[in-house]
This record gives sequence, structure tokens and C-alpha cells, in this order.
Amino acid sequence: MTTPWNATSEHLLRELAPQVLGMIARRFHDFAAAEDAVQEAMIAAFTQWPQQGVPENPRGWLIQVASRRMTDHVRSEIARRERETAVAAEAETLSRTLEIEADMDPDDTLILLFMCCHPALTPSSAIALTLRAVGGLTTGEIANAFLVPEATMAQRISRAKQSIKASGAPFRLPSPQERTERLPAVSHVLYLIFSEGYASSIGPQLQRLDLAREAIRLARGTKTLLPDSPEIAGLLALMLLTDARRAARTGPDEELIPLDKQDRTLWDRTEISEGIELLTAALSKASVGLYQIQAAIAAVHDEAERAEDTDWPQILALYDLLKQVAPSPMVTLNHAIAAAMVYGAAKGLQLLKALDTDPRLASHYRLDAVRAHLLEKTGDYEAAIKHYRIAATRTTSTPERNYLMTRASRLASD
Amino acid sequence: MKYIVMMNTMKAGQGVPAWPKKDLQAHIAFMRGINQELHEHGELVSAEGLSFPDQAKLVRAGKDGRAITDGVFPESKEFLAGFWIIDVDSPERAYEIAARISAAPGPGGVPLNMPIELRPVMSGPPKEMV
Repeated sequence: MTTPWNATSEHLLRELAPQVLGMIARRFHDFAAAEDAVQEAMIAAFTQWPQQGVPENPRGWLIQVASRRMTDHVRSEIARRERETAVAAEAETLSRTLEIEADMDPDDTLILLFMCCHPALTPSSAIALTLRAVGGLTTGEIANAFLVPEATMAQRISRAKQSIKASGAPFRLPSPQERTERLPAVSHVLYLIFSEGYASSIGPQLQRLDLAREAIRLARGTKTLLPDSPEIAGLLALMLLTDARRAARTGPDEELIPLDKQDRTLWDRTEISEGIELLTAALSKASVGLYQIQAAIAAVHDEAERAEDTDWPQILALYDLLKQVAPSPMVTLNHAIAAAMVYGAAKGLQLLKALDTDPRLASHYRLDAVRAHLLEKTGDYEAAIKHYRIAATRTTSTPERNYLMTRASRLASD
Repeated sequence: MKYIVMMNTMKAGQGVPAWPKKDLQAHIAFMRGINQELHEHGELVSAEGLSFPDQAKLVRAGKDGRAITDGVFPESKEFLAGFWIIDVDSPERAYEIAARISAAPGPGGVPLNMPIELRPVMSGPPKEMV
């Protein structure tokens, strides 16, 4: 018996992927090969299920296909070893689907998440592997999202797995202490997936896989697995509170619309209330961290009905806190913007001076963009034009460049 | 982050380099090796070699909008011989790749130390930053 493929089937399939991978990896003691086998099973499901319907036991179906691939893999490995060393054939154990299925561990997805966000990996490879192994996405979809060829993405994933293998990480849940240490790396990978998706979620790229949605889905899943983690709750809240503004952040010609000019009726109220609820619960629990504070800042923006209603003193206080918890030049920059909103542009410009000597930001376009904006507010149009133009040459984002050049030419023609 | 790596080596009218066979083969093998490495690292977006400058045309629209083509170019001008688009984790890695290409072996196996132009590829909207 099958049921027709519908809108929820794809979701189901992706949710099953890490569960099946966990079982196969544990059974065959080979994460890298298991991951390939499950990917093949996923591709088979994506090809067959929409036409033939979703099988009665979708998990069992995936396990069967993946373990068949694994058995083929093991057979060829044995054959290869026999050729090379002429050792006696190992007893072939063809694992039974039911047996494997009974071996499901609710922690599997979490184990995979920690494994894919392993510190031995570069961010780009951790992102790719997480999306495939935990997110249940195909290599083609991931390649498409990052606008690189599929073969390149496949290679990136395969290298990531080699690094994990070389690091000797066992397939088990890290100890509570290790988990605490490594959770920031996991959060960071999920956050990078989100920001990559949020940044590219306009215009001609619309047909690309929606990475922001995938990141939210992964963060939601992680929240279920780690319900007591205020960090993950804060991260999910931050994603929702940012994503809520998505429809308003670009105009009909894909031009960027800054926060104070956005049509706030386009903001997604459901996402905002969910984000605020999560945040409130997270803040009542524990010490505040990086993501909770950022989420709180996003919430203050989201709660203002009009730009002029924004509670800037509150935002400034939150940036003061963020400067202590997670100091970075970008935080200092945003702190200066908030200070300018509370005390005037001159105050903001004065605070920016501290960043001129910071090598991490000195030639970053954002510093010039913010300076230009504040100079415009003080009425020094000539200097503002100069800095808008410097910022425009430094950004690598086309919409941002268009925005900055337009600001400069608007002032120049006034 | 994506970069375009441009190899500007050819001069108009220069034609095929008259290197000894062994050196030419070493150069070709080197370039194949670079491509293979970039592929294995999951960094290669695309790589294209271009035809020799004598095949190049300069095209301009005339008053009626139709194409006016121009053939031969001044001797002194440098031409793009080929380019790579790479997707790397850091600017440092892009510099490293460009330097490796620059040192491709020439006649006698001596590094050519070609000038390699490296430029960031523009992307979509900026990321939200805190």
C-alpha cells in the first residue's frame, strides 16, 4: 500500500534521512560510506515516490535501499582486500531491515549534527555536510543553493567526511561537557546557513533552494533535541525574527530597502510572535548569550509599528551588553549606529573613529557605508558622497553596490 | 567567497609558444594538476582556457545598431589566456592559488611568475551582520 505524494511527503523524507543514516552508520561502522548510501536512497526516493506513491513504511523502504547499497559496498571492499592481501573472506552479514529499524536511537540526529559541525572542518564543508547528512538534501540542491557545480559540492562533502574520519571521531553522542564546548560551533554553522539563505533569497535566485527555511527547520529540529538549551532557542528566535522581515527588505526591482523605509505591514506576524515567545522563555532561563541578545535586538525592531517608534535606548543597551558578551568590530559598528539614533549622528561618528585602526574592519565597506549615512544626517553631503562611493567600490554585493551608488548620486544631484 | 583568477599572458601575434616539447608538456600537466586539485578541494566553480589572440574580434555597435567587427590588435596589448572561478574559504587561500598559477613552469622548467589578476565576484545582497 502506498499513499499519494503530497506537500508533506518531502518534509517527511528529509526528516527520515538523519534517522536512517544514524542506524546505517551504527550498524556498518562506517559513517562516510553510510552517508553515501543514504544519499543514494534519498535520490531513489525522490525519483520514485512522487510517481509511485509513498510506501507504507517509508523508513523501512529507505533502510532497505541504503543497506543494500552498503552491502554492495562491503562486498566490493572485501573483494578488494582479498585481491590485495588474499585474506579469508569475512562472513557476509546481510543485515535485515527490521533488525536495523529496531536499532533506532533518538539521539542519532543529534550525534550527526555534532559530527557534521566538527571543529576539524572548514565552515563551508561543515555547512555542506550538515545540509546533506542532517538536512536530507541532495548534493544537487546544495550545489544549486551555493551556485557551484554539483561535482564541486560532492567533492567538498567527500573531503569533509575524510577529515572527520581522519580526526577519529566515534559515532556517539559527545559527553555533556563536550557538548557544551561544541554547541557554539553547531549554532554557528546553522546561523551561517541561515544568513547565506537570507542574503540570497531575492530575485532571480528564487528558484534556488531556500536555505533560510532549511536553517529554520534544522534549528527547530535541534531545539526539539536540546529543549533546555537557551542558546538554540535564542538562535531559532533570531532566525524567525529576522526572516519575518524578508518580504519587506527588497523592492520590486530587487533594490534593498533599509529597515526604516520598509513597509512593516509586510512583516510576518506569525514568525514574530513565535520568535518573541521563544525568546521570552529563553531569557527567563539562563545567562544571556550571543544569539539571545541578537534576537532581543531583532525583537525590539519587530515590535515597533513605525520606524520612529523604535525603542533605540533599549537597542543601545542591548548592544552595550553584546559588546561585553561577544565583542567584535561589527558589534562596535552597530553599537555606534544605535548611539547615533539615541544621541545624534555626531556621537555615532565619534564612536566610529575607534574602528578606523581596527584591521578587521578598516577597509570593510560597512564602516564607510555607516559613516556616509551618519555624515548625511549631519548635513555634510560632500563627505557623505565620498564615503558612499568608497563603500560602493568595496562591497561585493551587487544590490548593496546599487543602493550605495544611488544614495551618493541622489545627494550629488540635490 | 568567489573569485575570478585571470591569467593575462598572451600577446597579439605571439602565437603558440615555441618551447621544447618536454617543457610544454610539463606546463600542460601543471595546469591539469591545478584544475584537479581545485576540483578535489571542492573549490572549482569553472575554468576556461581561451583561444589565441589572433582569433579575437573587437565588436562595437554602429549607428544602426549593427555589429562592426575589428580584427587585429596592437602588438603590445596583453590578452586573457584563461580564467578560473573559485569558491574558497578565505582571501588568503585565493592568493595562494593565484601565486601557484603564477609560478607555472615555462621553458627549462623555470617558473613563469606571470601576473595573475584576482578579483572578487559580486554576489547577492549582503548578509545580515551583528
